[in-house]
Amino acid sequence: MRLKVAPRLNVAPRLPENRKVRAGIAILVLFALFALAGPFLVEDVFGLSATAIHTADGMQPPSGEHLLGTTATGEDVLAQLVVGSRVSLLVGLVAAVISTTLSVLVGVAGGYLGGTADALLTAGTNVALVIPSLPLLIIVASYVKGRGGWLTVALIIGLTSWPWGARGKRAQTLSLRRRDFVTAAEMTGESRWWIITRELIPSMAPLISASFLSAVVLSMFADAGLSFIGLGNINLTSWGSMLYWAQNASALARGAWWWFIPPGACIALVGIAAGLINFGIDEIANPRLRKPSRAVRRRAAAAALRTPEEAR
Amino acid sequence: MAADERVKDRPGRRVRLGAARYFVQRLGFYLAAAWIAVTLNFLLPRLMPGDPASALIAQMQGRSALSGEQIASIYRLFGDPGEPLWSQYVTYLGQVAHLDFGLSVAFFPTPVWEVISAGLPWTIGLVGITAVLSFVIGTAGGIMAGGRAGSRTDSVATPGAMFLNALPTFWIALLFVLVFGFQLAWLPTGGAYDGDLTPGFSAAFIGSVISHAALPALTIALGWSATWFIGMRNMMITTVSEDYVLLARAKGLGRTRVMFRYAARNAILPSVAGFAINIGNVVGGQLLVEAVFAYPGVGYLLYQSVASVDYPLMQALFLMVSLSVLAANFLADSVYGLIDPRAREGRA
Repeated sequence: MRLKVAPRLNVAPRLPENRKVRAGIAILVLFALFALAGPFLVEDVFGLSATAIHTADGMQPPSGEHLLGTTATGEDVLAQLVVGSRVSLLVGLVAAVISTTLSVLVGVAGGYLGGTADALLTAGTNVALVIPSLPLLIIVASYVKGRGGWLTVALIIGLTSWPWGARGKRAQTLSLRRRDFVTAAEMTGESRWWIITRELIPSMAPLISASFLSAVVLSMFADAGLSFIGLGNINLTSWGSMLYWAQNASALARGAWWWFIPPGACIALVGIAAGLINFGIDEIANPRLRKPSRAVRRRAAAAALRTPEEAR
Repeated sequence: MAADERVKDRPGRRVRLGAARYFVQRLGFYLAAAWIAVTLNFLLPRLMPGDPASALIAQMQGRSALSGEQIASIYRLFGDPGEPLWSQYVTYLGQVAHLDFGLSVAFFPTPVWEVISAGLPWTIGLVGITAVLSFVIGTAGGIMAGGRAGSRTDSVATPGAMFLNALPTFWIALLFVLVFGFQLAWLPTGGAYDGDLTPGFSAAFIGSVISHAALPALTIALGWSATWFIGMRNMMITTVSEDYVLLARAKGLGRTRVMFRYAARNAILPSVAGFAINIGNVVGGQLLVEAVFAYPGVGYLLYQSVASVDYPLMQALFLMVSLSVLAANFLADSVYGLIDPRAREGRA
């Protein structure tokens, strides 16, 4: 029988009480629902199509018939936005799974094992950190262009975006590895692999989930950027490919704001959600960043008004 | 007296020796990183599935007849399949050392190196100035906001910076093109200067350069100052409640002096380290901004090389960007080693 000593039960399952974190999670959940159920709603219930081309209807501003207007070739922007959310989110999720897994393995293993293994892993992380990732992403994506769909893009993003996370997780591991629960596990003769996977990684769950969320968002940004310059899969409807086609048809010069503002705004909203979550997590980790709640401030103000005698 | 001097002298000398060792060690790291970047650049086209060289040749022959020179520069990039890998590698290293990257496909028959050297000054000017400016603005703002957390400035600027920080840079660029370029028609949205001007030190030309750089610079600066602002604010908040800062305030020193001379001096260290490591991100982020504004720097060149499948240009650009990021990182790291002795003690 194996002893469970990691202090994990009190962290993972509860929803954080921080309001910023909650707001951020709510926005992300909303988008996830959008991506899951939206395409059915739009196509089967409202009868809109993301790919139907009505050239006669091109470049229509928003109206009752097309709530967000149409593209140059007459596709419905709203339908594209909803259908495209799925691809964008999928790329973000898959890339984030890849990069988070890599960063956890490299960071935690390096931080825990120490010595030569750590020196090698840290050197590798540092090198990967200083080689600019977007140009690398662009080069690799343009070689594999046309081969493989969104999965290839997700794979490339995932493989180039792990070093930041690895660095953070190594730092966290360094502070955890001398704690009692790790020592206890070492005393009972558990293997290093067991300690890494069953003790260290679970106790870092909040940090890992936070960095996973920001990896999702950064991957979505990267995917949108790649698609925008025509890499990635531009024939698949996604927020990034919408921006590509809008740019391609000079939507800006023609004043067709309804074509590129919605996909960009969706990407931005996801970014804001991640920003809220990150900010909230900083506040949880560092209570000084927190603004005192209104009740506390009122009490403090009242206490300041009271004379010393009253306070006593 | 003599003993006193020795005590005073010794830590100083140790720091100086430590600094030398730190520089050598950092230099070694960046040389290794540069070698990896160069090797990566060699391996990437060779690791790609299929035969990109023949594919590219076939694709180009579809458009127009290829000269022997063009075919030669494609093989220079992808390697002659008949040659063993190690000898291809040696040849390649020699070419890199001579900045010989063959001829550009998109700007045929201009050599790749000439195309890049035409773009580099624009990027260095635009990105160099905006990166430094946004660091100064963002950090100064962060000191003010973090030094008085909860003040009105803080409660307006911090959510604002968070918001800016969460937006994709190239989308801000698109919005600026729409609003300031097309709707209000205040500023030009493409190129680096008016086409009918001759480059030179004339007032008209310089004015044109500034007005063309305004929107791309503003786009990059907004996002980056927001990043520095948030980082600096958080560090300031942590630092202002340290004992030495409290002591300085208890001594009755002025608020501004305590904030800048005591708290900010220590709070800024992580930002400087972050600046070093973020140079790569600044360069990466600006690639798309340059593409949106058709600003003729290396970012826009990369965009053009992607659009016209100009692999020789694309590869060489990646190498140039990587090497310049590494050089900038080395510089920033060295500055960091000078201002923070703890950084020299190994781990950082």
